[in-house]
Amino acid sequence: MRFLFKTDYDDDIRLLPHSGYVFSYGTLLVLLLIAPYVLSSYLMSQLVFVCIYATVGVALLILTGFTGQASLGHAAFLAIGAYTATYLQQFGVPFVVYFLAAGLFAGIVGAIVGFPALRLQGIYLVIATISFAFIVEEILARWESVTHGNEGMRVKTLQLFGAAVPRDSPAFFFLCLAVLILTIVGTLNLLRSPTGRAFVAIRDSETAARSMGINVSLYKVKSFAISAGITGLAGCLFAHKLSFISPEMFTLQLSIEFIIVILIGGTFSLHGAVLGAIFIVMIDPFLTYLKDDVPGMIGSLATAFSMGSERAGHIQDSVAAFASANGLKGAIYGVIIVLFVLFEPLGLYGRWLKIKLFFQLFPLYKRATFKRQKLYVKSERNR
Amino acid sequence: MSYFRAENLSLHFGGLKAVDAVSFAVEKGEILSIIGPNGAGKSSIFNLISRIYRPTAGRIFFEDQDITEVPAYGIARLGIARTFQNIELFENASVISNLLVGRHRHSATQLWQEVLFLPSVRSAEKDHRRRVEQVIEFLDLEPHRDKLISGLPYGVRKVIELARALCTEPRLILLDEPSSGLNVEETDDMSFWIQDMKSELGITVVMVEHDMSLVNRVSDRVIALNYGRVLAMGTPAEVQRHPDVVAAYLGT
Repeated sequence: MRFLFKTDYDDDIRLLPHSGYVFSYGTLLVLLLIAPYVLSSYLMSQLVFVCIYATVGVALLILTGFTGQASLGHAAFLAIGAYTATYLQQFGVPFVVYFLAAGLFAGIVGAIVGFPALRLQGIYLVIATISFAFIVEEILARWESVTHGNEGMRVKTLQLFGAAVPRDSPAFFFLCLAVLILTIVGTLNLLRSPTGRAFVAIRDSETAARSMGINVSLYKVKSFAISAGITGLAGCLFAHKLSFISPEMFTLQLSIEFIIVILIGGTFSLHGAVLGAIFIVMIDPFLTYLKDDVPGMIGSLATAFSMGSERAGHIQDSVAAFASANGLKGAIYGVIIVLFVLFEPLGLYGRWLKIKLFFQLFPLYKRATFKRQKLYVKSERNR
Repeated sequence: MSYFRAENLSLHFGGLKAVDAVSFAVEKGEILSIIGPNGAGKSSIFNLISRIYRPTAGRIFFEDQDITEVPAYGIARLGIARTFQNIELFENASVISNLLVGRHRHSATQLWQEVLFLPSVRSAEKDHRRRVEQVIEFLDLEPHRDKLISGLPYGVRKVIELARALCTEPRLILLDEPSSGLNVEETDDMSFWIQDMKSELGITVVMVEHDMSLVNRVSDRVIALNYGRVLAMGTPAEVQRHPDVVAAYLGT
């Protein structure tokens, strides 16, 4: 085990506390930089989605994980970013400008949504954000002069400093990666300064936060604006990656996917956003595999166990029917959420920490370390 | 003029008069205790001062300024800090970050500066950290510095809450039952710290307390309340001998 001997207050502030961090994150960065030249184009495309989802995950973590304000409306902020970018691109606005405009506009809308949210708590806030998302979806479908309604909009190839950056090029991946890394670093900076601590204070006790001189309303609105702004930036990249956007892409299911990203990844650390994004993006290939390969596999297994070809074919068909059933994805999402909340409330990153601690403390690890403790009664009446 | 003054302070919930026309004054540098049976309105007075409740009637003055209409977050900025009866710490954060939240009213950095973590933010952070360390030293919290609140025992949490209030560098501190849930030794420590806060840090203390031995040891003056009204006011000995107070505690 490593013991850090702190001699300076800088030791507490540093983002990479010791050389181990520098080594592991450096290695990860190098691997990501050579990835486009090694991995297949399909995996690269998935990796771009991981970057975009992780960026949204970080945004949602700021709002839900650290400020404690639940939101099921982040697909709407993503849509606002995507549509702002696409709309401005039509008029030949350069990428840097419409990229920032997408974030700014989504951020302003986020702040406006944040105001009614000041009076709402918990489940009521969730319902308010869902309704906001429906309103945005409906506006996108009806405001045809700007959004082309349900026909959708085609997104032109990204032009950066005079060069075309196609959506499946390594350069586009590096752009998404850079946005993700800058978002993470900026968020970490925020979390180690007064604003981030104010967010966490509001999450844990609004009453105490107020009595420490924190303007709770102001910081809630700030949190909404920052979260929505980052999601807007991700929306711009999302539009470019898909090269075509229409209202039915930004549904409630997408918002739920974003919640799953942080729920599965772990809501207490930014690592969770990345791990959750990897998980959610990789569910699709898994489902394809379930649809395409598993029925045949089970069919041949049945034949191997000498069941007779007719019966084997029957089994194969029913498995195939199950794997391609409508709404299977939603059902899987539901089961995953339930299982994680029950058995791994700290998420994938929590599991990673447990495994790490097991080896660090071997053979002295005790399961109770991460056991949830009964909390002391807090006065809810002062809310 | 008094340092801190409440005039005809009232808080009514419908027909229930939790606080009924209470007036009192606190002089600079004194330790004032508020005692009374359960439901007498002691904590309600604190919640009125820190603006968690809005008074039904009455005014509150601090340093000759009317603070009745100041928003809750503005109270701390004026230099009034408080602790809570049921401990309101930020459970899922470390002791250090809890105490750093106490420094919030002294932070002046802008959002964009914080996102970039400019040198000005870094030096401000180190300054906050230095001040927090002074409080940690004052209250002997060194062993718990980096621990999460959720893993700490009740007695330590109580001290951390006091530490967080001290980190705001208050001029007036409101302690809501500082000794509740503490054992005899911890209560002794608490009484010394309360006296030190007055003598070393020059903080004026108002506290709600049930433990009469602690009240007798540290208080300069005592106010006794019952049913939202002031029964008696004076030195600890005077108040305890007052017939109304005896009646309120023991019945007639």
